[in-house]
Amino acid sequence: MTKRANIFKAAGAAVYAVFVVLSFFYGYAPGKEIGQNFISFSLAMLKILPCAFILIGLFEVWIKKETIEKHLGSGSGITAYFWGILLAGTSVGGLYVAFPVAYSLYNKGAKLGMIFAYIASSAICRVPMTIFEASFMGIKFSMIRLAVSLPLVVVSSMLLGGYLEKKGYKITKKR
Amino acid sequence: MYLLYLITGLALIVSLIASREKTWKALKISVKRLVTILPAFIIMLILVSVVLFLVPDNVIFACLGNHSKTIGVLVALFFGSITLMPGFIAYPLCGILLEKGITYMVLAAFSTTLMMVGGLTYPIESQYFGAKVTILRNLVSLLIAVAVAIATGIFFGEIG
Repeated sequence: MTKRANIFKAAGAAVYAVFVVLSFFYGYAPGKEIGQNFISFSLAMLKILPCAFILIGLFEVWIKKETIEKHLGSGSGITAYFWGILLAGTSVGGLYVAFPVAYSLYNKGAKLGMIFAYIASSAICRVPMTIFEASFMGIKFSMIRLAVSLPLVVVSSMLLGGYLEKKGYKITKKR
Repeated sequence: MYLLYLITGLALIVSLIASREKTWKALKISVKRLVTILPAFIIMLILVSVVLFLVPDNVIFACLGNHSKTIGVLVALFFGSITLMPGFIAYPLCGILLEKGITYMVLAAFSTTLMMVGGLTYPIESQYFGAKVTILRNLVSLLIAVAVAIATGIFFGEIG
C-alpha cells in the first residue's frame, strides 16, 4: 500500500468519525443510524477477533513448519483440501477471520490451493452457521448448497492455486 | 461462541504450562498481527455501516421480488457481493424473504455471494494477498454462487 493511499484512508476515516459524532450531537438520524451500525458490528467482531488472534499467535509459535508443509504443502495431494475444509468448517467468524488465519497457514508452508479452499469453505460451510441456515431455509436448501459448492470450491482452488504458483506468485510481505 | 472462548482459554493454559516463554512470544505475535491489520478492519467497518444504511432490508426485498427470475438472481448476486452481513443477521433475513415469496434460487444467489464474495472485505483481503489475487478469488466465488443458484433453482423446480 502506498503512503498516499494511507493518508487518503486516514482522512476518510476522520471525516466519517466527525460526521458520526456531529450527527449524534445534533440528532441527525441517518448519521446516528450509521454510527449505530458501526458500533454493533464492531462489538460483534470484538467478541471474536481477540480469541482468533491469540490462537493465531499460539499456532505460529507451537506448530512446526515441517508439519504444515507435509500435510498441507505442495507435496500433500488432495487430502490437504480435505483438511482445509475441515478446519474451516469448525472455525468461527466470517471471511475477515479467515484471511489472517490463511495468511499464517501460508507462512507455515501450506500450498496456495489449500489456502483458497480454506478461505472459501470458511465462508460457506462453517458448521454452526450451516445449522443456523438450515433452521431458517430448510435442510434441503443447505444440502444442495453444500453439495454444489464444495466440489466447485475444491476444483477452482486447485486451478487457481496451480495457475498462480506457475506464475510465481508469492505472498511476500511479512506482516 | 462460548466454545471459542473455552478453546482459546484451554489452549492458553496448556501453552503456559508447556512454556511461559513461548506463550509470551505467541501473545506478542497476536498483538502485533492484530494491530497491523486493524486499520483495514476499521475501513471495512466504516464501509459496512454506510452500505447497510444505504441498503436497508425493505430495499433488498423490493429489488429481489419485483423482477423476472434471471433479473432477480442478478440483482441478488449484486447485493450479496456489495454487502456483508454476519450469518446471524443474514439467515433470519433470508427466512423472512422466503416467507414473503422470494424464490429459493434468488436467495441461494444472495446468501452465497453474501458469504463468499466480499466487496467490503476487499481492504483486508487485498492487504494480505494483493489486489490481483483478491479480484481473482472473488470472481471465482461469484461464478460458484451462480452455479449454486442454478442448481437450487433446478432442485426446487423453479426453472425449466
